[in-house]
Amino acid sequence: MLLTVLVFLPAFAGIMILLLPATRASYSRWVALLGSLIALALSIGMFFAFEKGGGFQFIDKASWIDVGAFHVQYFLGVDGLSLPLVVLTTFLTTAAVLVSFRIEHRPRAYFASLMVLSTSVLGVFTAMDFLLFFLFWELELFPMYLLISVWGSGRREYSAMKFVLYTVAGSAFMLVAILALAFSEGTFDMQLLGEANISSAVLPLRWVFLFLFIGFAVKLPIVPLHTWLPDAHSDAPTAVSVMLAGVLLKMGGYAIIRTCITILPDQANDYGIWLAAIGAISVLYGAFVTFRQTDVKRLIAYSSVSHMGLVLLGIGALGTTAMVGAAYQMLAHGLITGLLFVVIGLMYERTHTREIGKLGGLARQMPLIATGLVFAGFASVGLPALAGFVAEITVFIGAFQKHEWAVLMAIFGVVLSAGYILWTLQRVVFGPVRSEWDDADDQKHWWEHASVVGLAALVILLGVYPSLIMDMIDPAIGVISARVAG
Amino acid sequence: MHDVPGISEAVLWAIILSPLAAFTIITLYLRKIPQIAGYLSIVAIAISFLLALITLVDVLGAHGHVAIHSHEWFQVGPLELTLGVRIDGLTAVMLVVVSSVSLLVQVYSQGYMAGDPGYGRYYAYMSLFITAMLGLVLADNLFMLFVFWELVGLSSYLLIGFWFHKPSAAAAAKKAFIVTRIGDLGLLAAILLVWTRTETLAIHEIHHLALTGAFAGTTVTLFGLGLFAGAVGKSAQFPLHVWLPDAMEGPTPVSALIHAATMVAAGVYLMARFWPVLEVAPDAREVVGWIGAATVVVGASLALVQTDLKRVLAYSTISQLGYMMLALGVFGYAVAVFHLFTHAFFKALLFLGSGSVNHATNTFDMRRMGGLRKVMPITFGTFLIGTLSLAGVFPLAGFWSKDEILLEAWVNNRGLYTVAAIASFMTALYMFRAVFMTFFGEYKGGEPVDREDEDSHFHGDPAHPHESSWVMTVPLLILTAGAIAAGWWAWGKEFHHFVEAAVPAEALHKAPEFSYGIAITSSIIALAGIATAWAIYHKRLVSSEEIRKTALPIALLLEHKFFLDDLYERVFTIRVFQRGWNRLVERFDMLAVDGAVNGIGWVGTQSSRVVRHAQTGQLQLYGVGIAAGVFIVAIIVFIASPL
Repeated sequence: MLLTVLVFLPAFAGIMILLLPATRASYSRWVALLGSLIALALSIGMFFAFEKGGGFQFIDKASWIDVGAFHVQYFLGVDGLSLPLVVLTTFLTTAAVLVSFRIEHRPRAYFASLMVLSTSVLGVFTAMDFLLFFLFWELELFPMYLLISVWGSGRREYSAMKFVLYTVAGSAFMLVAILALAFSEGTFDMQLLGEANISSAVLPLRWVFLFLFIGFAVKLPIVPLHTWLPDAHSDAPTAVSVMLAGVLLKMGGYAIIRTCITILPDQANDYGIWLAAIGAISVLYGAFVTFRQTDVKRLIAYSSVSHMGLVLLGIGALGTTAMVGAAYQMLAHGLITGLLFVVIGLMYERTHTREIGKLGGLARQMPLIATGLVFAGFASVGLPALAGFVAEITVFIGAFQKHEWAVLMAIFGVVLSAGYILWTLQRVVFGPVRSEWDDADDQKHWWEHASVVGLAALVILLGVYPSLIMDMIDPAIGVISARVAG
Repeated sequence: MHDVPGISEAVLWAIILSPLAAFTIITLYLRKIPQIAGYLSIVAIAISFLLALITLVDVLGAHGHVAIHSHEWFQVGPLELTLGVRIDGLTAVMLVVVSSVSLLVQVYSQGYMAGDPGYGRYYAYMSLFITAMLGLVLADNLFMLFVFWELVGLSSYLLIGFWFHKPSAAAAAKKAFIVTRIGDLGLLAAILLVWTRTETLAIHEIHHLALTGAFAGTTVTLFGLGLFAGAVGKSAQFPLHVWLPDAMEGPTPVSALIHAATMVAAGVYLMARFWPVLEVAPDAREVVGWIGAATVVVGASLALVQTDLKRVLAYSTISQLGYMMLALGVFGYAVAVFHLFTHAFFKALLFLGSGSVNHATNTFDMRRMGGLRKVMPITFGTFLIGTLSLAGVFPLAGFWSKDEILLEAWVNNRGLYTVAAIASFMTALYMFRAVFMTFFGEYKGGEPVDREDEDSHFHGDPAHPHESSWVMTVPLLILTAGAIAAGWWAWGKEFHHFVEAAVPAEALHKAPEFSYGIAITSSIIALAGIATAWAIYHKRLVSSEEIRKTALPIALLLEHKFFLDDLYERVFTIRVFQRGWNRLVERFDMLAVDGAVNGIGWVGTQSSRVVRHAQTGQLQLYGVGIAAGVFIVAIIVFIASPL
């Protein structure tokens, strides 16, 4: 029951928000905050109650649709791979609510959408029935579309539609693959599928693998399926960028491990090298394009393409170490990029520009925001004692044995990321003071402090005490990599 | 694991944690009360210094035993990463160097940084740096070493860019971090390589595997070169030395501590730490020696033409670090460490002396100084002794260590000896050029104070320079003692035996005996350099302008720093990389990748115009899209698959 409560709690809060009378619309942020805090507390409780290495836990299972060959279940459960992502989601949802505290335009619809978004992502991370998984996966589109197209900026409708169509195109492939597996094995149960030895299906298995991969790779995103991401980021409101970079991208990486690799280990062995290659290319390609960006949000978006390439590289190596590194990179990137978008959002509220050329010298006028940006920047660069470093080094060491050349390509990303991040800091934070923002106030509201400090603290915690989460991910991935190794 | 009687592990961790505590407390609680920040930081580093001294004495008493204490940090699959401390002669020497110079610099900064709006921030960053540097030398495995290596890079970045409103400082900080990171790629690759091949990162195990031949051949050569790439970045070796002169944008005490005595020596320390690897990898050793030699010459020749006192010292540091690498290239493991040890004192002294001069004149431009020896007698006297020590004049510290490098080179590689000998003439020349320009002749008035500049905290009067206060001169005097006497530790090869106990005996060569021939030759060379400087820059028997005109191409080459900065920044970074390659990729991304998507979208919109009229809103497109997608996929599959 616990998991069901957790997953639907944000959506419930969303309904409550919609039921608020128009005169009380300003209460919606408090309801959203309350809902997300309870969900956060619940997920942290589950995190500590979870028995490490104990397989799937907190299972909620019920027969749902039972028609002929179709056995669709309502099946939720978490293992060591998904539970940290669940906590990440509830945490970033809270942060997203906090950074939205100034939203004045139709707050009820806004916060309700944000809450539904949270439920859909939690659903993806916990659903263990493939059709249910698919439904949650698609559910996420609806609030995202609204949030970008109504509360966004710039070419928001174009970006929102691009986001939706991209995902939908990927989903089409995914759905075919899901149906093919279900027809052949007679079940949508992902746990069963993940233990079965599937030797054939109505489609050749390599097609199934490929179709699933395409559906998820769009989300990750990989080069060349990534161009929706910079558009979506640059036109989305801050909170949506936080959710998008923080957790939505991780749905892709998570799903590749959970389905492609686990259900089709033989195909994973065949195509692992391609995943690693695409990963390494994404790392470099993303970094090169990042150097050319002049909008801070687009810049971070492209750097995400680069950093998510590491996730795919780790997955493609298929070993325990590398895949744990990939999972850790998802968490680290979620927190770090979430923090970057939060801080950039705070900066934008004061300067009303994200053009690097128009910024500069912020360290004097907004020391706290500047500190946050420098901190998040160095975390993104992979500085030791921060979360990103642990993830990077684990992926590199884990993948080196299997794909030496791909890792040697990818470690150039380490220098490139230092290059674009430090160059950005130099132009935005340092240099001569500009008088335009003499009157701008620094980060000062408690909700601003709370989201920045909370994210930064977690980035440090994951950087100095990796065992906290590694020990949970490690056994879960161990099962999968053992399956791949045969 | 192993144990040295009398040294508790807690003491070693306390050495690292004491400045870390200062950093944390200052950052979290003392931003508003900077004065306390300074005292707290000094007390913290004083504790580290005392513990380091105690440790040194204990290690001396233990006759070369090595102690290692290792703890698991995290484990993933077969990979186990540990945090641990290792104490031996090499580490003990480094601990004392780092903590003693840090302590003196922190005291000096009380005077130098007084009144700066970022006073508290300064002490926080310095404490962070000291933590990282102490952690680096205590690390018992390559991974932990790398962690602190990067943190050292971070604190260097923060301190170079300390006056971040100056565009030059912000640019220099970025440059330092990125250039050293290029070298770090090699170090990272070396870590991946050694882990993949040997499944260990522990220093003593890598020593063992190298010496028993289990880790040999091309792999060990590549490993050695990877480590060296890291060292080339951090220790400012040619061709990655370009960041160090720019790093002089930071406050002068920072230059003294980080960019002279400690951080830049970390690369030398790294190579010394893995000496057994160089021992069994002759090709890598040869590369180290010759890159060192190139660095010696590049640094010394560029130091000849600088007009900024700090930049003279910066290029001098590059050159001296080259000497240390050169020493490693000729089997001089202990000698390299010895030169690192003596250099730390006299170079920190010289930098702090230049800071004292700056406090009086408000400039580092030697063309605006002159005649300061009368008004700043302490600064002058200590600076002169530091210079003599650096030039290698008997019986000062620099004489002993440089003499031994020349001796090892003479015995093992005459080519490297020749380079080292020529450069020692240049060393004496450029340093005395600086001394004569700064302290002799007529005073040229310094740099007038710009009272409009809020960021300037200069409170003296450059027109009437005066000696600095005691918080600045006392550290100078103490460092002078080091610059005189640090070399005497080598008496009877005491220092060498102590440091050599840190590596297995089979990795060591018998050091050549002291040679009067080499010592006298090197002294004559140094004196010749001093005499030449005296003739040109003091007595002006020969005009330096004339020399410049006679050798104009060389002068231009030197004045433009061999055009390396132009090549790296203007040609490579901006033209080739940013405006060339990156622009190409970006165009491809925009036109080809995104263009294709938009093209498909356009076709889709055109063809669905008819359909669209029947739709009430855009979201329905979603349903159509998914249905169409499934349909298309089904058709493809139907046609392509045998079913």
